[in-house]
Amino acid sequence: MEFKAFVFYFLAVTLIYAAARVVTLRNPIHAALHLVLAFFGASGIWMLLGAEFPAIALVLIYVGSVMVLFLFVVMMLDIGADRWREEFRKNVPSVLCVASLMLIEMGCALWLSFSGNTEAALPPTGAGYSNVKMIGRLLFTQYAYPFELASVILLAGIVAAVALTLRSRRATKSADPSEQISVKASERIRLVGEIPEQRNENTAWKGN
Amino acid sequence: MPTLAHYLILGAILFATGIAGILFNRKNLIAVLMSIELILLAVNTNFIAFSHYLQSMAGQIFVFFILTLAAAESAIGLAILVALFRNRENIRVDDMDTLKG
Repeated sequence: MEFKAFVFYFLAVTLIYAAARVVTLRNPIHAALHLVLAFFGASGIWMLLGAEFPAIALVLIYVGSVMVLFLFVVMMLDIGADRWREEFRKNVPSVLCVASLMLIEMGCALWLSFSGNTEAALPPTGAGYSNVKMIGRLLFTQYAYPFELASVILLAGIVAAVALTLRSRRATKSADPSEQISVKASERIRLVGEIPEQRNENTAWKGN
Repeated sequence: MPTLAHYLILGAILFATGIAGILFNRKNLIAVLMSIELILLAVNTNFIAFSHYLQSMAGQIFVFFILTLAAAESAIGLAILVALFRNRENIRVDDMDTLKG
């Protein structure tokens, strides 16, 4: 019991530190790496809450693909690190004021409402309980239709990302299929001069 | 022993950090996108905490869909960023005033 509290506080402190560094760091690559640390901390927190599948999915999807994408883009764009936080100092007091007010309000409301929900009040889970099995069963029965819709959204994401970043290059010699199929017979051949008279070699050979 | 309120307040701290990040780095699109990721992480943490303490799997299913949406969103956002950088050679939000909005 005490060990669980220790793990929770350790992960929470790591998570908050990493999140604070993400929003204050000057170097975008360091910020992205701290965001990776934040995702790992959150994954540990979720694991502590018994949500193994979302925790693993967070690490695989976010650390494995989304953050790599972020790092690629940051490296590709060549943004000068000096230009990043020019206006940073100017609005520190007002932003801190807004954020801390929001935090105090939410903290009071949440603490007053939910501090009674303790772990001890929960029914114990059975020995054969599997989070992955439960999620899989729900996802393919009750939530099958939203699951399919999620795949459509991912497809839209793929198409949009490709369409936004695709550049047509003038120098390549590739043929455009839509132009190829819409061609008319009159455009196929262009006579540039007189057709020379052809000798009929076939009959000449027969004659010999 | 952490209660539900502990996890929710952790989510609230993350959320406030993300909002502060958006306000701090208004001029920079990549930092804004990273702050949005933090906010989504906070929301997901709240969902997982409620799912555990209220003994309902619906929260975890919802987290799954939020993860999917957030991945698609960040992919499209980064693609827009790349297209923008190609056309304008910078991604400062100040310079994006073509539409006079």
